[in-house]
Amino acid sequence: MSTTTIPERPVDAGEEPRRATGGARRTDVFAALGAAWAALSLTALLFTRLTPFDGVLGFAVVAFLVFVAIYAMLVSLDERAPTVRDRLAAVFVHALALLMLVALVVVVVFTIYRGLDALGHRNFYTQDMRDAGPLQPLSVGGIRHAVLGTLQQIAIALAFTVPLGVTAAVFLAELPGRFSRFVRMIVEAMTALPSVVAGLFVYSSVIILLNRAKDDLPGWLRWLAVGKSGFAAALAISVMMLPIVIRAADVVIRLVPGTLREASLALGASQWRTVWHVVLPTARSGLMTAVILGTARGIGETSPVLLTSGITAYTNANPFREPQVSLPLFVYNSVTRPDAGMIARGFGAAAVLMLLVLLLFAAARIVGGRPAGQLSRGQRRRRAGRSYRDAVRFAARAKARHEEVSS
Amino acid sequence: MTIVDEPRTATPSTPDGAPDRPRSVRSRLPGSDRVFRGVARAAGTAVLVIMLLVGLFLTLQAFPAVRQAGWGFLTRQDWDTEGNNFGVAGVLIGTVLIALVAITIALPLAVGAALYISEYAPRRLAPFLVNLVDLMAAVPSVVYGIWGFFLLQPHLLVVGNQGEGLPRWLTTYLGWIPIFAVDDYDPRDPEASASRLTSSTFIAGIVVAMMVTPIIASVMREVFAQAPAGEREGAYALGATRWGMIRAVVLPFGRGGMIGATMLGLGRALGETIGVVLIISIGFVIQPHILQNGGGSISALIASRYQESTDMGIAALMGAGLVLFAMTLVVNLVAGVIINRSRSGAQS
Repeated sequence: MSTTTIPERPVDAGEEPRRATGGARRTDVFAALGAAWAALSLTALLFTRLTPFDGVLGFAVVAFLVFVAIYAMLVSLDERAPTVRDRLAAVFVHALALLMLVALVVVVVFTIYRGLDALGHRNFYTQDMRDAGPLQPLSVGGIRHAVLGTLQQIAIALAFTVPLGVTAAVFLAELPGRFSRFVRMIVEAMTALPSVVAGLFVYSSVIILLNRAKDDLPGWLRWLAVGKSGFAAALAISVMMLPIVIRAADVVIRLVPGTLREASLALGASQWRTVWHVVLPTARSGLMTAVILGTARGIGETSPVLLTSGITAYTNANPFREPQVSLPLFVYNSVTRPDAGMIARGFGAAAVLMLLVLLLFAAARIVGGRPAGQLSRGQRRRRAGRSYRDAVRFAARAKARHEEVSS
Repeated sequence: MTIVDEPRTATPSTPDGAPDRPRSVRSRLPGSDRVFRGVARAAGTAVLVIMLLVGLFLTLQAFPAVRQAGWGFLTRQDWDTEGNNFGVAGVLIGTVLIALVAITIALPLAVGAALYISEYAPRRLAPFLVNLVDLMAAVPSVVYGIWGFFLLQPHLLVVGNQGEGLPRWLTTYLGWIPIFAVDDYDPRDPEASASRLTSSTFIAGIVVAMMVTPIIASVMREVFAQAPAGEREGAYALGATRWGMIRAVVLPFGRGGMIGATMLGLGRALGETIGVVLIISIGFVIQPHILQNGGGSISALIASRYQESTDMGIAALMGAGLVLFAMTLVVNLVAGVIINRSRSGAQS
């Protein structure tokens, strides 16, 4: 028979200090730094003295491989095999993550750097390209027409997709059934539609077919036959954005807790009131995020616009008539020219476009940063303030009633 | 003698009139609800109609070209719509090759980034990195395209007259593998022109990889973050290192999600247009050498040929677009099924 002995704790042991289990020890840091330094030196020696290698990319790759080898050796001096594997895996994961970060930074910085020439001129924001030939200096011409076109086209696209998309998402989430399952399946299939095919669809239907049949159309449909224009581009963007918005909104609405819905229905609210006063407000931030991310996607997409909007150097404020250029299209059109001035303008426009997307993205994060029901500090404070004022009001009323009764 | 419990449920007697009957709990919908349901159903129907219209229209418009070309539409390697000799074989293979190059590069990057964010990054830093990856996914594709065309190709991959860089190295030392071979190019000849190595499937693939990596990484990170804490702690309690825990818990848990995310990225890579158009010099013959100048993709074909005025030209492009759509559709559907079936993807 075995007995269980409970370890006795000495009386004067005092508080046991909490030990940190994570974190790097000093030897780990030394091993990593030493390996890095050794790898750099060895590779530099290889590239300058011993072998005829050159090239930045080659240097980085060889240095990394040498680092991995030396680091593995150093760690294996005082650790066992599983720990060595753990360290190596950590090195690879860190390296890959760093590589991705570097790639992003390079893309952003490179675009802004090449665009600085154009971004520095004030006329770049206030003029269009009507006076600027390809060989004109950067002090003439700008992207006013492209910015205007982008804003108008995305506004029209949003006017189509937001009401239709959100209502359709409400339908998918709130009225389940065989029909809505079918619609959901088709919508998910359409998220696979390549954007260039969406552009081709509008090109061949609205621009070619409707224009050919323009004279046979009844009067109330004739406005649809617009030819290459901002409106056609907005239609193409809408076709591309609609499934994306519906899908994202559907997911957000389905995340609203069922208990909230049931509570509302149990209080006697109709389904419509439940949706309007409970479901949609709860999902509001998520819906905003869905819409804004869809907008960011639609604003930067070039290929549907390339096929449908046409190209012009003039500012065209009427999206229903005549070609209207937008930012991504302007970028594409400028950088495929041979002359340096146009390429610089293209990079400037790309930087503006990126900034626009960044702003939209930041807006999405500010609006939709929290899941439903979790309040920001300001919201909590305002809510507490309202509740406090209510309490004061109630107390005053109770007091008044009390005095009325006693007098 | 047996004792039988007599049923004792007494129906309350009504003083007068008919006895109570169970009431129907179905109430008539109030008017506002009927309107609401009508509107919602109408919106759903409208979306369905639009989507079906797009699909139907593409099919109908493509029909003349496909009938004209027959099965040759999938096997011919030319694009002469006037001479009735056109087919998507070359650009179809090109599309697949570009997407495969992109996925080969994007997959390790995305796994690394997702693992870093969910397992290695300091707690404070992680939300920032999540935003960064999502932002990277929102950068317009034309920005990646000009990055590839003006920085990656001339300054990193094919540098100078000799074309020094990764493609040259690959074809010099691995040229015996068929896909890395480059026709009419001898890397040891100092006079060899670097232009044989530019505008290739490989470079276009790298640009597309930049676009799809954040999409894949973002889905994978969500999947990894859902790995149950209990199982993680169990692995640690059994003495696993961090990598041991990842291999034993996180990766098996996220396998379905990882495959699904990769296929979602593949779907995007297949349909990517502007990045490819800017880089590649389009050809209609099957170009199996990924490092060599030339290649093509269906989306690039559409973007460069849409101004063809003949009806047959447009119909043929529609057919090509339909083939592309069918491909991305299958890839996306399979991805959706895999994600839904997997343990990790059921909630998302």
